[in-house]
Amino acid sequence: MGEMDEEDVVMRRISKLKKESVREEMVSRFARIRKEAREFREQLAFQEREEEAENADIVAGCKSDLDGEAQCREPEGQQFTKNTKQKEGDLKSQDPEAKKQEDRRLGSCGMENGSCAAGVFSSGHSMGADFIRRYSRQLLVPSFGVSGQKKLSESAILIVGMGGLGSPISSYLAASGVGRLGLVDSDVVELSNLHRQIIHTEAFIGQPKVSSAASACLALNSSILVKEHGRGLNAANAVEIISQYDVVVDATDNIPSRYLISDACVATAKPLVSGAALGLEGQLSVYNHKSGPCYRCLFPVPPPPGTRQRCSDNGVLGVVPGIIGTLQALEAIKLASGFGETLSSRMLLLDAFSTRIHMVKLRGRSPNCFACGDAPQISAANLHEFDYERFTESTLSEEGPKAQELIPVNDRLSSAELKKLLESGKPHVLLDVRDSHEYVISSLPSSLNIPLSLLKERLSVLQSAVDSVVSFPDNPQEKEYPGLQDVGSSKEECSSVVPSRENTSIYVVCRRGNDSQKAVQFLRSEGFSSAVDVVGGLESWAKDVDERFPFY
Amino acid sequence: MEMEVEKEQTEGADEGVELGVEKKVRVKVLLFARARELAGGSEFDLSVADGSTTADCVAELTTRFAALEVMRESIVVALNFNYITDPVEVKDGDELAIIPPISGG
Ligand SMILES: [Zn+2]
Repeated sequence: MGEMDEEDVVMRRISKLKKESVREEMVSRFARIRKEAREFREQLAFQEREEEAENADIVAGCKSDLDGEAQCREPEGQQFTKNTKQKEGDLKSQDPEAKKQEDRRLGSCGMENGSCAAGVFSSGHSMGADFIRRYSRQLLVPSFGVSGQKKLSESAILIVGMGGLGSPISSYLAASGVGRLGLVDSDVVELSNLHRQIIHTEAFIGQPKVSSAASACLALNSSILVKEHGRGLNAANAVEIISQYDVVVDATDNIPSRYLISDACVATAKPLVSGAALGLEGQLSVYNHKSGPCYRCLFPVPPPPGTRQRCSDNGVLGVVPGIIGTLQALEAIKLASGFGETLSSRMLLLDAFSTRIHMVKLRGRSPNCFACGDAPQISAANLHEFDYERFTESTLSEEGPKAQELIPVNDRLSSAELKKLLESGKPHVLLDVRDSHEYVISSLPSSLNIPLSLLKERLSVLQSAVDSVVSFPDNPQEKEYPGLQDVGSSKEECSSVVPSRENTSIYVVCRRGNDSQKAVQFLRSEGFSSAVDVVGGLESWAKDVDERFPFY
Repeated sequence: MEMEVEKEQTEGADEGVELGVEKKVRVKVLLFARARELAGGSEFDLSVADGSTTADCVAELTTRFAALEVMRESIVVALNFNYITDPVEVKDGDELAIIPPISGG
């Protein structure tokens, strides 16, 4: 028995070490590729600029995003010249086969000086062979064709949010050959992201989302430039960041960011592709384009905090943001390359439950709009003064609701106190007021589930539970938690103690300790004076009592 | 689910006029996002008095689903999938969409 355990432990340790070393290797490999690609692209861009200076007449009339690029990369100027030199040396020292591979990877046509740079080319030049090969299927699309591809590779697109929407957006935009991609996010990759944020892999859990996404984009297409904005977007930096790009894509997960991005796009005259997904629904539109409305035109007043839904509470089927994000990539490509009809002045509604798509015809911009109306209140100069968090009563991240205090803390239990009480064998009913679809994910042993919304009509169920309560020493730490990972928990051995309403406590839990307070208030008003709830709910139980509890 | 689903057919409304009963107009309400969650369903028929406007319909909805009232200012309302800001008289068979914003990603 002991040997088996030991063997098990050793095997687990080996498997853990293996995973760690694979992850480390992948991370460093991606970092290397990213660095090399960036250096090489910078070299190409530098030479392109020199060429442009010489052939100013050729490039006249051709909107160049390289100017913008030079601007945003100014501080790196010194560094980049050095890197270029070093890179040249590196390339020369490589053997021919390795160099050929390198060229393929970098999408160049094998010329060391990069004069036929893939992805960036001036009018009058022929496209590189690899460029044509890489984008051949797109070049063949008549309404897109060479001019569409050319404009796309000269454009710069900013994607705000590297989550469920940002994953397909960044993948498709990188693959399709957008000249320069900006990626904004300040979060790190978590396990619960991976079901929908498919640009991130297990190897990047704990790493910044922007680095993970940048690696993936460059792995898809190393001939583009990718810039990471790892600090996220806020009122102070929004105008400065957004002005470096031609098209902005809103792939964020929170309301203040949506207003901030829309305002900043209005202030800098950039078209905005705005998408959102939650549960089984999606919404999509193009704002601030031509005579179309902005986000504020449609939603001048943010929805009150209590009415908002979040992926972390309401859930989201991974493919739903996948669909919306893919459509966002399509709109961004159309805006950047100037073909097709965009969703400006239209809103697309996706109903994934019944696979229906509705199109709503919108109006043009509203003359009364705070941001884009006849007397706009927001400009590039004053946007940084606007308090988006206060305006929307929430933070610039997808945070859960603030802990409410309907009942004074000293009249509530901590999760540690709950544990002691459960172990003491004191007669009790453990009431879980979450919705049943959450309860089946995971719950505390021997708990009774009556959702808050049904508590009133199912009061008799609680009453009979109180009447028939039996007491038994309860040590949840030694039991499996019922739920999805339930391996068939055994029936509890109950040692009966005479129950009564006076000595029977009702401990009320929910996910985070807000609904449980409402339940206790209601129960007390119904005469269940011994009802008491747990501060922080199951989240606190998982954090402070038993980290094995499968919190979701 | 507390919503009433109007089952009578349009003939009922026509007869109503002859009988001197107040004529009703039936509007198909389509709910999205949070509104769908509050109503517990994605669509239902709403009977309103002849001559009612989209604003009357929305008022009826906010009485039925009180939580909708607090977010009234943050909802896009569309009649036959055309966004509207000012009240428009509804006709039999019109589709009224209630679209709160979603912000998940
Ligand atoms: Zn506007």
